[in-house]
Amino acid sequence: MEFGTSGSLNEDGIHVDMDRLKKGEVNLGTSIMAVTFKDGVILGADSRTTTGAFIANRVTDKLTRVHDTIWCCRSGSAADTQAVADIVQYQLGLFAMRNGKPPTTQTAASIFQEICYSNKDRLSAGLIIAGWDERHGGQVYSIPLGGSLHKQPYAIGGSGSTYIYGFCDSNWKEGMEEAEAVAFVKEALKEAIKWDGSSGGVIRMVVLTAKGADRHLYLPDSDYKIRHAT
Amino acid sequence: MTSIGTGYDLGNSIFSPDGRNFQVEYAVKAVENGGTSVGIRCKEGVVLAVEKVVASKLLKPGANKRIATVDRHLGVVYSGMVPDGRHFVDRARDEARAWRDTFKSPIPTADLASRMGGYMQAYTLYQSVRPFGITAIVGGFDSELESPVDGEVGQGPSVGAGGKAQDKDYGGPFLYMIEPSGLYWGYYGAATGKGRQAAKAELEKLDLNGDGAASLTLEQAVKEAARIIYVAHDDSKDKDFELEMSWISGTNGPTKGKHQEVPKALREEAERLAKKSLQDSDDEDDDKKEDDKMEE
Repeated sequence: MEFGTSGSLNEDGIHVDMDRLKKGEVNLGTSIMAVTFKDGVILGADSRTTTGAFIANRVTDKLTRVHDTIWCCRSGSAADTQAVADIVQYQLGLFAMRNGKPPTTQTAASIFQEICYSNKDRLSAGLIIAGWDERHGGQVYSIPLGGSLHKQPYAIGGSGSTYIYGFCDSNWKEGMEEAEAVAFVKEALKEAIKWDGSSGGVIRMVVLTAKGADRHLYLPDSDYKIRHAT
Repeated sequence: MTSIGTGYDLGNSIFSPDGRNFQVEYAVKAVENGGTSVGIRCKEGVVLAVEKVVASKLLKPGANKRIATVDRHLGVVYSGMVPDGRHFVDRARDEARAWRDTFKSPIPTADLASRMGGYMQAYTLYQSVRPFGITAIVGGFDSELESPVDGEVGQGPSVGAGGKAQDKDYGGPFLYMIEPSGLYWGYYGAATGKGRQAAKAELEKLDLNGDGAASLTLEQAVKEAARIIYVAHDDSKDKDFELEMSWISGTNGPTKGKHQEVPKALREEAERLAKKSLQDSDDEDDDKKEDDKMEE
């Protein structure tokens, strides 16, 4: 792995490259999460995109479809994560056509992982893959920076996630009802947005079940109380 | 010129005016001279069997296997030109490996059959190659369990992920046969090679998809496969032969989802029963002849 010349070795001998993003590169300083519940899985994200201190987009959509009921939450470089999601979307579309059946979340996760791991030197992408399929129900996979793959009951990610580890740990329950799970995701993201300077804007969610994908939108104007049309 | 004929058989990429590819038909002839191969798919798994004609007494018995493992859950047997079969198996292994590399999971039997069907079909298109001189039987057991992504860490909710479709079965035993043209179908019972006619007649008598008591268990399928190879063998024409058999069961079966050679004890028992059944039917024939005499 090539290291940058900036930054310094910290006391643990871990190299921190402060200039991982290029000058002016668009960053998703982000709060993202995905949660399994009784009937499937819910993805949630804030909507802030920054270039340094400047908010490049206040209504970004960080929840990206890679197949009908397999979506991902993107964090890190906007360009990198969009490129990776595009490749996976293409691969899954091809897979579905060739095999005459939709891909599983596993299939999606393994394609994501292969790309993230084999290009780990060049990418800054932190992804959460969440999907629903007939055989496995709702599932959540997390692929952090190095390209490892973690299956989790729920996952949180992005800079804002650091503020909500405690909240999620004490409030997440297995097998929640849909309304309960939506409320949980909303509360968690509200906290993340409140404390994290790089997160903000609206709260977006996607609910994936046997019925397909359902989008939610909540605006700060109404304190995220009202579900708006998308 | 010593050759006779229409000239439409001189190259692979030439159709005859009535729409035939003679090279492919000649490849089928090569298969029809090979030792009989049989595949049986029953509810509990798949059995593959082959009649290995002993070409020389100098060959070591039991060596020189003809059934190959392509992936842990997949087996292949073929009739026809053995070197062509070996190449087919090599390619099948590459396909299975490549699938694991991209999808981090074992290749479903149907997908392997599709890939290999496509591969064989490509060998009917070009002037520079000849078709495969084999018909291959591919057997596999796709896991009925929920399989993880290879190498994933951690796990989902302990109660299992939500929203699953209830009462649906996944995976199971599969059997495909691929011909030199690249044509392939899924089968309950498949036979190819010299004794295919007799073998198919026997396979049709079996209940391979019923739910009732008559439907075959995996162990019965092994015994039937052995018997069918013995029935299909023509000892007036052929020299000695060896029987080679493999099987694949589900996770709860004897092979735990893997493709394996049938254990020696079971194979020998199956061969004993096969010989006995042939003996009995010979006796029956003799009886019948006597009956005929009585009626004269």
